[in-house]
Amino acid sequence: MKKYQLGEFEEIVMLTVGVLYNEAYGVSIKKEIETRLSRKVSMGALHTALKRLEDKGYLRSFDGEATEERAGRPKKYLQITALGKRAMEYTRSTREELWNAIPKIAFKISG
Amino acid sequence: MNATPRPPHLFLRFFRWYCDPQLLRHIEGDLMEVYHERVVQQGARRASRQFMIDVLLLFRPGIVRPLTLQRTLTPGYMWKINMTLAWRNLVKGRGYSFINISGLAVGIAVAMLIGLWVADELSFDHHFANHERLMQVMMRQTNKGKTYTGMVIAPNVSGPLRTDYRDKVEAVALYGWNVDHIVADGDKKLVSQGIWAEASLPEMLTLEMLHGSRQALRDPSTMLISRSLAQALYGDANPVGKFLRLDDNQELTIGGVYQDLPGNTSFGATRLMLPWENKHNWITGVTEWDNHVCSLVIQLADGVDAAQLNEQIKTIPTAHIPYWQEEIMLYPMERMHLYGEFSESGAQDGGAIEFVWLFGTIGVFVLLLACINFMNLSTARSEKRSKEVGIRKTIGSVRRQLISQFLTESVVTAFCALLVALMLTQLSLPLFNTLAGKRIALPWSDINFWCITLGFTLLTGVLAGSYPAFYLSSFRPVKVLKGTFNAGRLASLPRRVLVVVQFTVSITLIIGTVIVFQQIQFTKDRPAGYNRQGLISVPISTEALQKQLDVVRHELLQTGVVVNLAQSSQTAARFGNNTGIEWRGKDPDLVEFFFNVTISPEFGETLQWKVREGRDFSREIPSDSSAAIVNVRAAEIMNLQPSPVGEVVKHGDREYTIIGVVDNMVTQTPYEPLKPCIFFMRGWMGTITIRLNPDVPVQEALAKIAPVFNKYNPSAPFDYRFVDDLYADQLDAEQRVGTLAGIFAGLAIFISCLGLFGLSSFVAERRTKEIGIRKVLGASVANLWHLLSKEFIVLVVISWFLALPLSVYYMYDWLQQFPYRITLSWTTFTAAALGVMALTLTTVSYQAIRASLAKPVNSLRSE
Repeated sequence: MKKYQLGEFEEIVMLTVGVLYNEAYGVSIKKEIETRLSRKVSMGALHTALKRLEDKGYLRSFDGEATEERAGRPKKYLQITALGKRAMEYTRSTREELWNAIPKIAFKISG
Repeated sequence: MNATPRPPHLFLRFFRWYCDPQLLRHIEGDLMEVYHERVVQQGARRASRQFMIDVLLLFRPGIVRPLTLQRTLTPGYMWKINMTLAWRNLVKGRGYSFINISGLAVGIAVAMLIGLWVADELSFDHHFANHERLMQVMMRQTNKGKTYTGMVIAPNVSGPLRTDYRDKVEAVALYGWNVDHIVADGDKKLVSQGIWAEASLPEMLTLEMLHGSRQALRDPSTMLISRSLAQALYGDANPVGKFLRLDDNQELTIGGVYQDLPGNTSFGATRLMLPWENKHNWITGVTEWDNHVCSLVIQLADGVDAAQLNEQIKTIPTAHIPYWQEEIMLYPMERMHLYGEFSESGAQDGGAIEFVWLFGTIGVFVLLLACINFMNLSTARSEKRSKEVGIRKTIGSVRRQLISQFLTESVVTAFCALLVALMLTQLSLPLFNTLAGKRIALPWSDINFWCITLGFTLLTGVLAGSYPAFYLSSFRPVKVLKGTFNAGRLASLPRRVLVVVQFTVSITLIIGTVIVFQQIQFTKDRPAGYNRQGLISVPISTEALQKQLDVVRHELLQTGVVVNLAQSSQTAARFGNNTGIEWRGKDPDLVEFFFNVTISPEFGETLQWKVREGRDFSREIPSDSSAAIVNVRAAEIMNLQPSPVGEVVKHGDREYTIIGVVDNMVTQTPYEPLKPCIFFMRGWMGTITIRLNPDVPVQEALAKIAPVFNKYNPSAPFDYRFVDDLYADQLDAEQRVGTLAGIFAGLAIFISCLGLFGLSSFVAERRTKEIGIRKVLGASVANLWHLLSKEFIVLVVISWFLALPLSVYYMYDWLQQFPYRITLSWTTFTAAALGVMALTLTTVSYQAIRASLAKPVNSLRSE
C-alpha cells in the first residue's frame, strides 16, 4: 500500500504545520521543531521536505507579508490539505494498528 | 543606524544562481530572517558562518533549479515534430532538395573514394605482422658527387649480415624481381608473376597458409603458389604434393598455397614463390660484388635500433668495389612505397606520398565545394522563411525550438546526402579501382570509418544549418512581419565570398587538368625516330623457341602478314641496360652511361630506323659480329673526328668497330632527354619484334601469327604486346593522374554549377515582383537577363583572376620534373576561363530567361 507516502521527517513537518496552524512558514516551522523535539533542523532539509510535500499535494501555500528583516521577501505560509490530512490519518492509524498488534508480554519481558 | 550587517554576498549570489526560481523568494526570505535573528543573538560573524552552511546545505536536488527552464512534458515529441517538419520541407522544395542533396552526395562520395585510396596508400606494406621490423637493404653508389640509391643489391652483401650480426638480425631473405613464369599442369598453361625467394621470406612476410607450410621453400624442388593461381589451376582442391611444370624446363612440387597478399603490399602481384636454391635460379650463380641482381630484406630482432645497426653495416660492400664508393643502407620496408625516391645527393626525396598529397588536397577541396554549396543553398533558402520565423515566434515558439528545428532540417538533409553518397561510392568503386589500379572495397564493418563519416555528416549538417538556426531565429517578429526586414548587403556577402572560393578552386583544377593532358599528349607525340605503328613484341620465353628461331622466322614471313622480324635484348619501347664504354680520347673524368642493346641484323629494317652515316648490320658480312652501331646522341658525346665510323670502342674486355650512325630514337621514359645508345650483334636476345604488314587488318594478322608460335613454342601461351602500348605504359602514372584529376575537376565544376543554379533560381524567385514591374515599365528580356546574370558573372571573373596565379604557380612547379615538357601558354588559361564562363552563363541564364519570360500579370496579381 503505497497510497500515502509519508516519511518520518515529513510526518513531523506535517504535524508541526498543523500545530502552528495559521502561522506556519519556513522559519517558524524550523523553530517549532527545534524547540519541541530538541533537534537541529537545517534549512535545506526543511525546504526540500516542504517542496516534496507540496508536490505530493499534502500541503498548499500562499504568499504572506514581506517584512524588513526578510529583506522584502514574502513569507510562504503553509496549510494542510484534505489529502494531507488523510495521509496523516493513514499514517497514524497504521501506526496504531502496529502498536495494538504488539502482544503485551513483549514489553513485560524487555521492561 | 550604522551599517546593517549583511550576509556574505558571494554566498547569497551563489544561492540565487542555483535556486529554483519558483522557490527563490520564499527561501531567501527565510534565510534572511534567520540570519538577522542570529546576528542579534550570536553576533554577525557566527551568523555569517551559519548562513554559509545553510546555503551549502540547501544545494541539493529539489532546491537546485532544473537544467532546462522549459519543462516539456514529452521531450521526444519535439523531435518527432522537427523530423516531420524537416521531411515536409524537403518534399515541398523538391527541386531545391534534389540539387542540395545530390551536390553534397557527390562531394561526399568523391571524398570517400579519395579517403579510401589515401588510407590504402598510407597502409602500404603494413599488412605483414612484423612490418615495423622489416628493413629493405638498399644500395648507395656514389660516383663523382652523384649518389644513386636503389633496391638492387649484390647477393654477396647478405653473407656478413647472416654471420656477423646474428644477435641483431633475426632473418635475412634475398629475393628476385617479379617476372613472368609459365606454369603448366598438363595442357593447362598460365603465365604468372613470381619471384625466386629464400626460404625465410614466407615466414618474414607472415604468409597466411591455406595448405602446406611456410617452410616449403627449403626444398629446392618445392614452391609455393598463391590461392588465386591454385584456384585457376585446380579449383578448390588441395594441390599440395602435385607437380607443376615451370618455364618448360623443370617440374616442381607444390609445397603450399598462400592467401594472395593485398594489393597494397610489395608482393601483391606475386603468385609464385620459387625456391632460391633451385638450379634454374641464375641469381645464385652471381658472385661479383658489383653485380646488382636482386633485392634483400632483413628482419631486425626486437628492440634493435635500425639507425645504429645501419652505421655498423653500411660499409660491407665498400672494400670490394674499387670503381666507385658503394655502401648499403637499411630502409624501413613500409616506407619504400611512399618515401622511396632519393635525390642525387642521397637524401630521401619524394615518392608516392606526393600523389597522396595531391589527391588528398583535391578530395578536401571537392568536399569543401560541396559543403559551401550546401551552406549557400540552405542559407539562401532560409531567408525566404523569415516570415515563417516571425509567425512561429508570435505564436509562442521559443528561440531554442526554432534553432533545433532548423538544425534538424539541415542534419536530415545531410544524412540523406550521406545515404546517396554511400550508394554512389559503392557503384563507382569498380570503375575507380580500374582507374587507380587498386583493389579497394568499402569498409562496411570498420568502426573508424563510420565514426568519421557520421561525425563529418553531422558536422556539415550543423554548420550548414547554423546560419538560419542562429541568425534567423534572433529576428524580432514584429519587424519581419511588418515587412521591413531586409537581409541587406552584408547578408549576401559571405555567400558571394563562398561562390568565389568555389569557382577559384574549380577553375584551378580545370586548368591543372588541361595542362596535365597537354603534357601527356606532347610526350606521346614526341618523334620516336622510328615507325612505332604495327610493331608487336613477343618474349622468347622457352628454350624450344630460342632453338628454332630461324624456322619461326621463315614460317612467319611465309604467312604474308609479316613484313619483317628481328630479335633484340630489349624491346624498342624501353631500353634499360646501362653500361660504360671506352673510346679514343675519352675524358677520363667523364661519366656517361650508354644503353647497350644486342640486336639481330634485321632489327634496323624492322624498326625502320634511319642510318645517317655508314651502314646497317648485315648477315652477309661475318666481321659484323664485332661491329657496333651508335646513335647520333652517342656520336655527339664521343665527338670523334672526322667521323665515328671506323673508330674502335671498348665494351667490357672486347673491342668493336663502329660501322654506322643511326638517328636518335625515343626508347625510354619519354620525358627524359635522349640517351646515347650502342648496338651490338653479340649477346643474349630475349625479345622478338615483328613488323606487321600494314595492308592486312591487325586481327587477321595476329590470327595467322599465333599458330606459328603455338607450333614451335607449345609449352607457352602466345603472349604479345604492341610496341606503342608498351611505350604508352611508361606514361601510365601521368595518364592515371590526369584521368583521375580530370574526373575530380569535372565533378568539382559540376558541384559548383549545381550550387550556382540553385542560387540563381533563388534570386530569380525572390525578385519576381521586381521583374514583373520592370517588364510592365518596358524592360526587355535582354535587359532582365543582364540584370539577373551580372552578379554571378562578376563573381566568376573575380574567381578567374584568383585562380590564374594559383594554377600558374603549381603547374609551373609540376612541369619542372619533366626535362621534355610543354611551355605554359595563355591560350590554355583563356580557354579554361571562356569554358567556365560559358558554363556559368548557361546555368544562370536558364533561370534568368525563364524569370524574364514569365508574364508580369501572374507575378503582380497576387499580393
